[in-house]
Amino acid sequence: MTQTINLTLKVWRQGGPGVKGRLDTYHAENISTDMSFLEMLDVVNESLTLDGKEPIAFDYDCREGICGQCGAVVNGRAHGPEKGTTLCQLHMRHFSNGDILVIEPFRARAFRVVKDLVVDRSPLDRIIQAGGYISVNAGGAPDANAAPVPQETAELAMDAAACIGCGACVASCPNASAMLFVGAKVSHLTLLPQGKPEAARRALSMVDTMDTLGFGNCSNERECEAECPKEISITNIARLNREFMKAGFFSNAR
Amino acid sequence: MQLDGKIPAGPLKDKWDRHRFELKLVNPANKRRYDIIVVGTGLAGGAAAASLAELGYNVKNFCIQDSPRRAHSIAAQGGINAAKNYTNEGDSIWRLFYDTIKGGDFRAREGNVYRLAQVSNHIIDHCVAQGIPFARDYGGLLANRSFGGAQVSRTFYARGQTGQQLLLGAYGALCRQIAAGKVTMFPRREMLDLVVIDGKAKGIVARNLITGEVEKHAGDAVVLCTGGYGNVYFLSTNAMASNVTAAFRAHKRGAFFANPCFTQIHPTCIPVHGTYQSKLTLMSESLRNDGRVWVPKNSGDKRAPGDIPESERDYYLESKYPSFGNLVPRDVASRNAKEQCDMGKGVGETGLAVYLDFAEAIRRDGEEMIARKYGNLFQMYEKITGQNPYRTPMMIYPAVHYTMGGLWVDYNLMSNLEGLFVLGEANFSDHGANRLGASALMQGLADGYFVIPYTIGGYLTGESPGAVNADHPAFADVVQAVEERTRKLLSVKGKRTVDDFHRHLGLVMWDHCGMARTNEGLTRARETVRALRSEFWENVLVPGDSHDFNQSLERAGRVADFMEFAELMIVDALHRQESCGGHFNEAYQTEEGEAKRDDENFAYVAAWEFTGVGKDPELHKEDLTFENVQLTQRSYK
Repeated sequence: MTQTINLTLKVWRQGGPGVKGRLDTYHAENISTDMSFLEMLDVVNESLTLDGKEPIAFDYDCREGICGQCGAVVNGRAHGPEKGTTLCQLHMRHFSNGDILVIEPFRARAFRVVKDLVVDRSPLDRIIQAGGYISVNAGGAPDANAAPVPQETAELAMDAAACIGCGACVASCPNASAMLFVGAKVSHLTLLPQGKPEAARRALSMVDTMDTLGFGNCSNERECEAECPKEISITNIARLNREFMKAGFFSNAR
Repeated sequence: MQLDGKIPAGPLKDKWDRHRFELKLVNPANKRRYDIIVVGTGLAGGAAAASLAELGYNVKNFCIQDSPRRAHSIAAQGGINAAKNYTNEGDSIWRLFYDTIKGGDFRAREGNVYRLAQVSNHIIDHCVAQGIPFARDYGGLLANRSFGGAQVSRTFYARGQTGQQLLLGAYGALCRQIAAGKVTMFPRREMLDLVVIDGKAKGIVARNLITGEVEKHAGDAVVLCTGGYGNVYFLSTNAMASNVTAAFRAHKRGAFFANPCFTQIHPTCIPVHGTYQSKLTLMSESLRNDGRVWVPKNSGDKRAPGDIPESERDYYLESKYPSFGNLVPRDVASRNAKEQCDMGKGVGETGLAVYLDFAEAIRRDGEEMIARKYGNLFQMYEKITGQNPYRTPMMIYPAVHYTMGGLWVDYNLMSNLEGLFVLGEANFSDHGANRLGASALMQGLADGYFVIPYTIGGYLTGESPGAVNADHPAFADVVQAVEERTRKLLSVKGKRTVDDFHRHLGLVMWDHCGMARTNEGLTRARETVRALRSEFWENVLVPGDSHDFNQSLERAGRVADFMEFAELMIVDALHRQESCGGHFNEAYQTEEGEAKRDDENFAYVAAWEFTGVGKDPELHKEDLTFENVQLTQRSYK
């Protein structure tokens, strides 16, 4: 049943990178429980705008949980309290009247705050640029059915490929590690026959880039898996470790 | 002005081969001397940027999001068509061509559509080579499913995330070229104008969305891959940032806008439930493979769906269209849903919804099988509505989804402005008046991977590389105009927010230029839009300033363009005195309520030339000639 609730928000406000930030308090009133979390923020922003105040900057785009652009930490949890849910797909029916919500940006050494809740996640792009692809030019591919892929393998690859690159894994890891992100991409490509020729170089290069960009190490906290909106499994990190070791010890790639 | 689509002569099946042979080639060593600007990183833009760089061109690629991986192509769910005939059902390039032309209600070019069907198979090959984890059968070969408007299973898919997977493939290819130094990526940039020098597109002006800086970028050609304009309706299945600005500003610089009234209303979306709502969510058309659409037989029946016995349910698509059943094309399914709701048979709190029921499929195939096919869609539905579709039927209602209209392009995908190429949803070329499901991904990738790499060469051979740089005075003039507009938006300091205006505009367009249109409604809507536009410039409230990350300002610029563009849509809808595909004028329908075309008077592309804000645009016609298919009244009975 649709109800309306009132909430107190404590929102991180920060003018820009390198500027000191603070938590400001706002009241979100008459919030329909059918709203998404971002629609609730829209409502707050509309009233801030009409009051002559600066609206809260936050990232969003598709609002259907697939583009990976939205994300904030709500009461200490990336994308809020619901499992397997992006912030845009989190609905207010999961909150109660009178709740106090602390809303902060995804924090990590590698993610610079752009403004308020908006962070710069371009380091994730740079990791993909280091080898998160299969090197084929348009035009030369053989028939799509030339190489059968066992259904089970294709499904495992798809499980890993479901990553939306939102950075919640990094934000929830005490070490701000990107191992789940890298593990997912390496797994997706390595599982498939098309991805095998470059497997060794890919694993070494992506891990190296991840380290250079200031992401931390994995110490098996499993917070990433718990908060991943696409429920990517940490078995992908195990696979990444295997691929990395294999590449280091048994291949000529460097 | 006589518009020349530059369709190559000769038999349909040889046109593309012949054209590729006749196109002049740029010597491989010379390619690196050309700079190409690609705006957008969706399937069309990402694929174009990557494959042009693979050929050796220098590419500057721009996107509005924080990463090129997030373009709205990512949200496409169901699949991508190809004429592989892996299912042995008798599919062929010809059949895919025919289905697409017919599905588009005979308002697309034969030449373009045939080429699309031809390259569809290469797309699947390429995507598999890129590592797209398409669904597979137990034997390890690729699986297919059915989509609307076709009687063969030709749709390849990766669960309900096909768009995401294809986009990540293009993004991977793009990343590879970024790492190779062939693509320079500019994320969080919004193209705000096109720079035209001596009648040719030579660059763009873009705003850095983080710093607010207005930047000049010169190139030997400009490729727009900026998507559709569905957000003119405010509520649509488009991402929030999807907008018409890049295309519309190119239009104001001289590019013709073709068939803007051809908009697609998708039949299976989650119904609207509140005024605060920011967007609508699509439930993939693939659900119609297994879901059955129904409403209660008696209007005003407010019982819960489980309490309505079989005998009192009306499976209206199955009874009305026995051969296509629940898989009729989108425009037909949408109009029928509206018709049922108009008769008072709509369900749910608002009465603006119909059921999409999986009970029979679950009984037949088991819950596990259904979960494997549609699990993520069911989960998404439950997240949004709080209802479990395994237990109770989904409620769906049509919503704006795709726009077939777009900038006019010839067979080379070049607009009437030389050097300006337009790809993907941003152009008008392949879907006629209605797009079939799983064809948008096909077109975006066809344009990006397999058309533009050839056709752009044909243009560049006539251009000396680097002829113009950003110091040319034309750039300074455009920057000045852009900055003036921004200043104006910020200086109004009125009383209504940007979203408030946008919502208002969207409602007017949905009511009068949406699923069903009347001359009277359109005429009234034009007046309303004009009035709203003047109010916008006197009463809009845009907080903050221009030298900052300012999302209100970004939206204000887009809504300002929608305000002008909406009028163009209405003008186009009013001029097209027929019904076809997504354009349904109530005065023109068959006795059975289907769209009734007027092939004698309207078998043409309406390409509009900008003449000034609030002034009547000038119409240019490109006649559509059909040499290979016979124009028929579409029937899906």
